[in-house]
Amino acid sequence: MEEFKVIDNYLCVKLPEEVDHHKSAYISENADRYILGEQVNHVVFDFEATRFMDSSGIGIIMGRYKKIACFGGKVFAIHADRQIKRILYMSGMHKIIEIME
Amino acid sequence: MIEIKQKEPIAAGERDSMKNEMALEFDAVSTNESFARVAVAAFITPLNPTVEELADVKTAVSEAVTNAIIHGYENVYGYGRHGELKPVHVKVQEGKVYVRCRIEGDILHIEVEDKGIGIENLDKAMEPLYTSKPELERSGMGFAFMEAFMDDLEVESKPLLGTTVRMQKKLGCSNFIQGED
Repeated sequence: MEEFKVIDNYLCVKLPEEVDHHKSAYISENADRYILGEQVNHVVFDFEATRFMDSSGIGIIMGRYKKIACFGGKVFAIHADRQIKRILYMSGMHKIIEIME
Repeated sequence: MIEIKQKEPIAAGERDSMKNEMALEFDAVSTNESFARVAVAAFITPLNPTVEELADVKTAVSEAVTNAIIHGYENVYGYGRHGELKPVHVKVQEGKVYVRCRIEGDILHIEVEDKGIGIENLDKAMEPLYTSKPELERSGMGFAFMEAFMDDLEVESKPLLGTTVRMQKKLGCSNFIQGED
């Protein structure tokens, strides 16, 4: 699968063009498989291709955060465009994850 | 030499008289979420919305329609593709979601209706971060996003009869804020 890649102890998740409830189950379940199976510490969400996200995306991030935060893991968001950043800030995600350029 | 003419903004008088309506009816499955928001986005393009306004409307519609599908009809999965990690025999509840849009002048009215189970405690449901389905990893931000991205939000719900979400937004402020940013 190309969307999920493990680099060292980071899981890199390449998000699709549109992140909504319809796609969220697929993303969450696969990400969890890697988190448990490959023993990764941190998760990186790559928004490079993403043009649309709603609260389901926040659900995905919060869910992954809960799974890894208790083991000292961190969640990162990279390549988020203006709109995605707005949503991340509006929902307070920037307090628990690191948003990078 | 090619001369590129700037698109003329719609004159104020013409804009005030603009009136347009549409209605959509579709099955309450997650596959249709993207259809609904793209259809609404296409419908409002004559109003010449900014990229931001378009994204706001799409997000709000997406939230409302998703709510109708997973909470109104309790259909967590779609007809397949991406829902395929779950057993195929998961029953899809029958039901329709209705989306009605109306443009009056430069105001967009959106109505999203379902005939599902309704909301028992509306105040609680509107609370940010509250979700009745935490096991689905819903963030509980749906109504908060709708409120933030639209100018006006009204929710009417009757238990066992259904829920109607009405939203309003003034569009086409692009003429004023052009050049900013």
